[in-house]
Amino acid sequence: MTRMSGAEIVVKALKDQGVDTVFGYPGGAVLPIYDAIFQQNDIRHILVRHEQAATHAAEGYARSTGKPGIVLVTSGPGATNAVTGLTDALLDSIPLVVLSGQVPTFMIGNDAFQEADTVGITRPCTKHNWLVKDTDNLANTLHQAFHVATSGRPGPVLIDIPKDVQFADGTYVKPEKANKGHYAPQVKGDVDAITQAVELLETAKRPILYTGGGVINSGTAASQLLRELVGETGFPITSTLMGLGAYPASGEAWLGMLGMHGTYEANMAMHDCDAMICIGARFDDRITGRTDAFSPKSKKVHIDIDPSSINKIIRVDVPIVGDIAHVLEDMLRIWKARGRKTRSEEVAKWWKKIDGWREKQCLSYEQKGPIIKPQYALQRLEALTKKYDRYITTEVGQHQMWAAQYLGFEDPHRWMTSGGLGTMGYGFPSSIGVQIAHPESLVINVAGEASWLMNMQELGTAMQFRAPVKQFILNNERLGMVRQWQELLHGERYSSSWSESLPDFVKLAEAFGAKGIQCSDPDGLDDAIMEMIEHDGPVVFDCLVEKHENCFPMIPSGKAHNEMLLGDASTQGAIQAGGAVMV
Amino acid sequence: MSPLDLKKGSSKKSAYDLRTPFSDVNERHTLAVLVDNVDGVLARVIGLFSGRGYNIDSLTVAEVDHTGHRSRITVVTTGTPQVIVQIKHQLERMVVVHEVHDLTVEGASVERELALVKVRGTGDLRVEALRTAEVFRARVMDTTLQSFVFELTGAPEKVDAFVELMVPLGLVEVARTGVAAIARGAE
Ligand SMILES: Cc1ncc(C[n+]2csc(CCOP(=O)(O)OP(=O)(O)O)c2C)c(N)n1
Ligand SMILES: [Mg+2]
Repeated sequence: MTRMSGAEIVVKALKDQGVDTVFGYPGGAVLPIYDAIFQQNDIRHILVRHEQAATHAAEGYARSTGKPGIVLVTSGPGATNAVTGLTDALLDSIPLVVLSGQVPTFMIGNDAFQEADTVGITRPCTKHNWLVKDTDNLANTLHQAFHVATSGRPGPVLIDIPKDVQFADGTYVKPEKANKGHYAPQVKGDVDAITQAVELLETAKRPILYTGGGVINSGTAASQLLRELVGETGFPITSTLMGLGAYPASGEAWLGMLGMHGTYEANMAMHDCDAMICIGARFDDRITGRTDAFSPKSKKVHIDIDPSSINKIIRVDVPIVGDIAHVLEDMLRIWKARGRKTRSEEVAKWWKKIDGWREKQCLSYEQKGPIIKPQYALQRLEALTKKYDRYITTEVGQHQMWAAQYLGFEDPHRWMTSGGLGTMGYGFPSSIGVQIAHPESLVINVAGEASWLMNMQELGTAMQFRAPVKQFILNNERLGMVRQWQELLHGERYSSSWSESLPDFVKLAEAFGAKGIQCSDPDGLDDAIMEMIEHDGPVVFDCLVEKHENCFPMIPSGKAHNEMLLGDASTQGAIQAGGAVMV
Repeated sequence: MSPLDLKKGSSKKSAYDLRTPFSDVNERHTLAVLVDNVDGVLARVIGLFSGRGYNIDSLTVAEVDHTGHRSRITVVTTGTPQVIVQIKHQLERMVVVHEVHDLTVEGASVERELALVKVRGTGDLRVEALRTAEVFRARVMDTTLQSFVFELTGAPEKVDAFVELMVPLGLVEVARTGVAAIARGAE
């Protein structure tokens, strides 16, 4: 029985959970914990410049390592600033453990200075949260929080710790001794259901594997098993934005990303398939388009660890609740034991059809004239950085979709983007979190100028902690994605979608002591990118690109997969009133 | 049967059980939700319903196990079968929730509600109110020369019927507990 202060319990529990890094910002209600952090050397504290950035940095850390990201914020404004990151992590199923300070228990409810009902505010944007009122419960709650954040469908949790609980003495319990509660999601899939899925693999004439972030969250074994499944069956595979890298982009069976800005071949294959195996994806509206016209001819299998994801949006024929790696392992074992059957002749015909769609070359564009096309900038970035040990984060907008289309991901955990919430301002702090976890790697944030400004104060963090992150800003001087929608939906009335009064990004970088590079010339682009890569320190790269480029392909809201727009010529009257109300 | 015609839903052992293929007709279901009786548990459950746009027709909650600190929340809700299954799964994945039973589909169950009904009147109206109460086996909990407070227990429809009859007889106020429900049989 070890007695220590609540603040010491926090630090001890973090250490025992294997934590090496905390992203945070101090304030009155967390001073005891900051004091305990000061007096040790195992856990490194990264001082961000805004609490939202702490949450996104922790997300980047988590997504690139597979470990939970840890955040420490003060009460009131510290906690409310963390809300966007919590919601982001909830929608993208990222494990975060957020610790917030709270006013002392005897002042709760009095509208005390910097008091906010943090557990009330964050209840709908966490997987679970706790207010700890007794130091003796603190260690247990902390260990339980790690368990909840990382098991089942991962997600953010928050522990609100009043200041008197941090000061008081309590008993420490080790993780092994802690009572983790009854929360224990099912990981093994039902064998009957998996067998039905195998039957579908065996009989499918036009199969497709539709994968998502669940494969990555399940761990590297899941990606390995997925590759084996594709290799053995020869079935085509596509993925959501969240799942990029689970199957290599250079793989033969890769169709590219699907969905609103997915490839022609991926969306057409989704629409025309007769067997869809959905693995760790959730039929999000960016994927399905019009739900009543979604893949009308297929039998659908859905593997997901969260039963509430199944049949939520699209009715499936074979639901399998379980962890992706466990289910894929059983599926491969059963399929092999039954003789490794597929209808290979029919599948070969299916591939012919897909190859026909591929010939459309839906991602082609023309780089001509003196202005850099954003697609070209990304293609050059891809070519010049591919051989590096590379991690990519993004902001939100057109540049994000182009990054997903033109950069190739060979491995999981290499691609961090805000998918579910679409949070502008995510990419820069996220890149810092990734770089802190992988100090020797090349970490690039593909940004839009508007998104990047939302958390640009983090240049200070990058400088202070020597995180040599590269900020690759595709500067179109527009809220490009908003402008694109206004062009297509609102009669080209560009209401507030200009980025006016932009800073001089080079000088801005220099003001923080970082390096700034500007490039507007297609011929000078390669050299400029190499200069960015080779600089040992944070770089802000202001890449001036075509201002009115649209992002294609695009499935307009309210349309089906086979009603994709492939280029500017096809946009006239493409979106009707019914689609215009959707986002 | 063509080889692609797999049977709907997965086996019973799966956490997911498709009762009926999807229908668009709204159904009324009574759910019994066993939860840890901890700070904010009710707010969590109610927040789930309001945040996701599910209906709550009636809600009762009380601690039913004082040593284990378990509460039982009985929720009556309406929705399509797909929505009802969603609600069940959304509840089941909450950390404070131990069990969710859809009493409407898990076999026969008993539903009861308690109501306190205040009626004011004199003369014939007063006599009629008392007679009606006897028919419904309501008990008189309080009386003055001009009023009664009746206590009535029964299925929600019975309470509805009683309250309706009391309107012309001088109904003043009604307090209802909401539905408590439990499965029939030994299990
Ligand atoms: C916090 C936040 N506010 C608003 C939006 C809506 N939104 C989506 S994309 C976008 C424009 C982004 O502009 P920029 O970062 O320059 O990227 P671009 O589309 O030009 O590549 C906006 C405003 C959002 N996603 N997030
Ligand atoms: Mg822009």
